[in-house]
Amino acid sequence: MTAILRHRLFWPVLALVLLLLSNLVFTPGFFTVELRQGHLYGSLIDILRLSSPLILVALGMTLVIATGGIDLSVGSVMAVSGALACLHISGQPDQGALSTVLTACALGVGLAILLGAWNGFLVAVVGLQPIIATLILMVAGRGLAQLITKGQIITVNSPAYRFIGAGYWLTFPFAVIIAAVVVALTVVLTRRTALGLLVEAVGGNPRASRLAGVGSRRLTWGVYAFTGLCAGIAGLMATANVSSADGNAVGNLIELNAILAVVIGGTSLAGGRFSIAGTVIGALLIQTLDTTIYTTGIPAETTQLFKALVVIVICLVQSPAFRSKVARLRRRPRPRLAAPVNAEAST
Amino acid sequence: MSQTPLTSPSAPDARPVNPRTAAAADEVIDRKRRTLVVRKYVPVLGTLVLLCVMYAIGIANYENFYNTQVLLNILIDNSFLLVVAVGMTFVILTGGIDLSVGSVVALTTMVCAVTLEHGWPAPLVMISVLVMGATLGLAMGCVIHYFEIQPFIVTLAGMFLARGLCYVISTSSIPITHPTWTTMSQTRIPIASFSITPSVLIAAVVTLIGAVVLAWTRLGRTVYAIGGNVQSATLMGLPVARTKIAVYLISGLCSAIGGLLLSFYMSSGDPLHAVGLELDAIAAVVIGGTILTGGSGYVAGTVLGIIVLGLIQTIITFQGTLSSWWTRIFIGALLFLFVLLQRTVIRRTP
Repeated sequence: MTAILRHRLFWPVLALVLLLLSNLVFTPGFFTVELRQGHLYGSLIDILRLSSPLILVALGMTLVIATGGIDLSVGSVMAVSGALACLHISGQPDQGALSTVLTACALGVGLAILLGAWNGFLVAVVGLQPIIATLILMVAGRGLAQLITKGQIITVNSPAYRFIGAGYWLTFPFAVIIAAVVVALTVVLTRRTALGLLVEAVGGNPRASRLAGVGSRRLTWGVYAFTGLCAGIAGLMATANVSSADGNAVGNLIELNAILAVVIGGTSLAGGRFSIAGTVIGALLIQTLDTTIYTTGIPAETTQLFKALVVIVICLVQSPAFRSKVARLRRRPRPRLAAPVNAEAST
Repeated sequence: MSQTPLTSPSAPDARPVNPRTAAAADEVIDRKRRTLVVRKYVPVLGTLVLLCVMYAIGIANYENFYNTQVLLNILIDNSFLLVVAVGMTFVILTGGIDLSVGSVVALTTMVCAVTLEHGWPAPLVMISVLVMGATLGLAMGCVIHYFEIQPFIVTLAGMFLARGLCYVISTSSIPITHPTWTTMSQTRIPIASFSITPSVLIAAVVTLIGAVVLAWTRLGRTVYAIGGNVQSATLMGLPVARTKIAVYLISGLCSAIGGLLLSFYMSSGDPLHAVGLELDAIAAVVIGGTILTGGSGYVAGTVLGIIVLGLIQTIITFQGTLSSWWTRIFIGALLFLFVLLQRTVIRRTP
């Protein structure tokens, strides 16, 4: 029992389960998943589908945070990638053609990787603080996205592109499949090879790992480029889901949600260790929270209030300082209770 | 620090006359110290140079740009941002960050609007929002210090909390029609043939107090010490806990003052006010030469940073053909430039 209680993922999983269960109160059929016209339908599937962009972005963020960095630019990168893809499609005579959509995706993701590499260059080669290096692109990237869309909302009429965000394949939403594949590949790459260990080594102590022969510079660079890739794919999903690209709105605030998901999942912001499973649970928790608020009929904007409470509670529970202080508080009353008894006895 | 004025290039006469034997050695030390002092001001001077260049470009290219009112308008439009950025300077100097400022500003405008609607007297409203801002800051500071959670995460939670509370109050904009607010927004204080708003004066006073506190008080010195090295500061017996909490309190208070100024400026409370303001404030502080790891920077730099941001906006407005999104790209480019500049300066400093 204590082994379960002490497990790193115990609190996030408990929170997720409680939140899912609480939905039963408001929507009795919350857990039913049905097969309609070969597609899976249900609230749980919706949560999975809607959380896929966040899972992808948070996945990249996990690795960046594991190296001791942070990437604030993911939201802007999403907007840029989605905008470029939609711009390309809208300029083609046949918007639905598979080649058009594939080129558009390649363009969007390619630019996203480039932007990620730029972040990596600033952090690994120039030696800027990650938070400030990525802040540059976070601010400028929004402008860039609006520059691409000329400040308008580009709408595309392409079923093939829409498929990325809203389509179904093998009864599952295609977005979920993409996210699952990327997550699985990342898990294999980081945990079945030494790559994950090296990333953690760089996060633990970049200098020591460099002296130990780890190519920390190249690794850092790669990790930021990977985050760019994840954000790029997420950008495609987000724009494909609504068949339009809005340079201002796509990926707005997602960097904060992604960081939140990572932290909820038990990855320390200080770097040096990471948990991909934790991140996925964190992202699901955030999306479930959003969905719950929507279904209960509370004004959707107040989600942030609940998000704040979740962050505070989970961070407090995970903080060693808080735990030791609570433990001390629990221990303190006993001697105090004992003291008056002794005093009475002596008088 | 007390030797700074003695060795600064502006007061070379104050240097004591050295005995012949020690003269050479002293000369070397002196020169080193002088370059150090100069280097300390390089980021701020860089901002100043940039500001002058931008202003010159503006005057050269656009008619009426030389009009002093253009500069004053930058102050009028950004007075609330200036106050927020001053608070942010304190936090960043200790090596922390405060992401909650934009939301606290919005919450302040909402609370003002809704309490005035309920007929609270104006002074009571002002005092309560200031207390609210300070309390929020105090709470975040306490969590950051006592529970050792990163400032980034705690203030992120604060940001969500304050923004969420805005929506709890109301999901739409509430107009403010109270006479005090209308006077504050419509009064113009004449300076020669130009004019400013009372908000600019308030912002100036806050900035001045901030600068004085940082430069000449024990609290200010401790802020720099914590930003330089927390462990050293603790070992020196400085009140690290109190100061670390105090900077977030100051930032919260400044955000509340900024929110008041914004409610004067906008004459409304809106949960969508000041979205992304924290980024502008951080950008202004960084462009103003404060180093994000803490320990080095000046309020004066932050003021210059705000004016630079305002000038970008103004130039783009004057140009007319450039769209608004260029503002963001320019700010990003400037951030890049300044961070690079800081980087080279830090690298050279022994």
